[in-house]
Amino acid sequence: MQDWISVALPKGRLGEKAYDLFERIGYGCPSIREDNRKLIFENEEARVRYFWAKPSDVSIYVERGAADVGVAGKDILLEYAPDVYELNDLKMGRCRMMVAGQPGALEETGRTLRVATKFPRIAAKHFAAQSREIEIIKLNGSIEIAPLLGLSDVIVDIVETGTTLKENGLIPLEEVVPISARFIANRVSYKFKNERMREMQERIGALIAEKQ
Amino acid sequence: MIAPAPRKRSELATLELRALYAQYGYREFRMNKFEEYDFYAEYRSFLQAEDVLTFHDPSGKLLALKPDITLSIVKSIKKDAHLPARLCYSETVYRTDGNAASFREIPQVGLEFIGNIDLYAAAEVLSLAIDSLRAFSPRFIMDVSHVGLAAGLLAETKLSAGKQAQLSACIRAKNAHELRALCEENGVDGALTEKLASLSSLYGTSEQVLSQAAALDVNGATHAALSELHALCSTLKEAGLPEVNIDLSLLNDLSYYNGIIFQGFLPGIHAPVISGGRYDSLLRKMHKQGGAIGFAVNVGLLDSLDTPKEKAEEPLSLSYADDGGAAAALKTARALAAEGKRILVEKSPSGQKG
Repeated sequence: MQDWISVALPKGRLGEKAYDLFERIGYGCPSIREDNRKLIFENEEARVRYFWAKPSDVSIYVERGAADVGVAGKDILLEYAPDVYELNDLKMGRCRMMVAGQPGALEETGRTLRVATKFPRIAAKHFAAQSREIEIIKLNGSIEIAPLLGLSDVIVDIVETGTTLKENGLIPLEEVVPISARFIANRVSYKFKNERMREMQERIGALIAEKQ
Repeated sequence: MIAPAPRKRSELATLELRALYAQYGYREFRMNKFEEYDFYAEYRSFLQAEDVLTFHDPSGKLLALKPDITLSIVKSIKKDAHLPARLCYSETVYRTDGNAASFREIPQVGLEFIGNIDLYAAAEVLSLAIDSLRAFSPRFIMDVSHVGLAAGLLAETKLSAGKQAQLSACIRAKNAHELRALCEENGVDGALTEKLASLSSLYGTSEQVLSQAAALDVNGATHAALSELHALCSTLKEAGLPEVNIDLSLLNDLSYYNGIIFQGFLPGIHAPVISGGRYDSLLRKMHKQGGAIGFAVNVGLLDSLDTPKEKAEEPLSLSYADDGGAAAALKTARALAAEGKRILVEKSPSGQKG
């Protein structure tokens, strides 16, 4: 009897795209497409189980072994540094972590730079590498408004198209790190369910190589 | 005969493991709950977690609750001590847990073999680690590696220590895609890059991995590491121990361990139950003779194992009405307790009114 594999998917568009990928490589679970109130979806035959989680929680489920594998953005992995294996770059959900602000916002080097962000760890590391003194203002959403109201000088946030920035009179100033979705695995599950997890990793790798 | 109260898994494990280690001549080492803080400040690079829980004693001296046992054990070994010393312990350490901002008490049972570490010594310690795991579950995994292999390959890149640390982090996370990107960025040649990448991916039984790992032999350090792994695995096998796995992505902290390292896992527990390895550099730093190898069992993790709960026998209920009944109640209770029964004596509700 094969081991079950539990997969934590991030709610939203990225999770749906990731599920499409799993389906294409033989881990489909048709019930997930039905719009119902179920939380966990199982395919008895493929012995695979899916559930949706808040994107920032996926790595927690995987780290603690409640899910064997999962899909998480590199932003989450950098910010929370969960102790998991990062097996593949899925090359989807691509975007960039950027420093943004009003034009010239970084040039005022004479005083402490105020940085508003949802990602304090990433922001701190980025500016520490430049030896620049900053003050981090942790916000939980609508980061773009902070420089407009004078709450911060710049923001560190994910930029996909830059439209939101432009509409608010902000521009991208520096790239922090490129972001994409990663296939992550629990360290202990990877050992006990090695054959199945490796098969999954290899099929994902093959599909991504083929797409390129 | 006394009816046993149901024990926690971690308590049983502690007793079982101490008995096991005693069989092989490991002496129990009991230590003070705290050390002077300066001691940990000096050996900071040997601590797994950076945070130390400190407090002042009445004279104002800064003390620390032990974050680690091995440091204290090695410190206690006298210069003229008879070696090898086989020591075991069951203690509590205080550490912060991952991202959590608070300290936790972690019960640990472990052993240290200090002296001349030859093949037998390493094999004995590893076999005891395997027996420790086996005491908890018939299904377990013991992963073994040698830090010299990764260190030897990383040295070939000629990159700075900081860059090498980034590469080790990729290997540890089995993150071959970023490892390759980093190597390319820093001009590491293709063949060496693929060798580093295979550290992150090679995993399996010693037979499977060691034959493939032969291709990773590039210098003296890697050669020594591979032959040591080989000798250890075949010794364990010949001695009739179950198969161990080789996980070349197992690096831990390169500054602590300098040879064989290993981790043991049980199904259903999300962190390693056993971690250990060879740590000669700590002895050198403390100006002591010889080498050392040991491991710690994080017995606290065992409480989360799904074991059928032994249902405790319901205690016999006794009651008494008022002070006049006290002597009779106590006498009966003692008689029943002597028979090994569990009892619970309460004042009867009617007695409360009177």
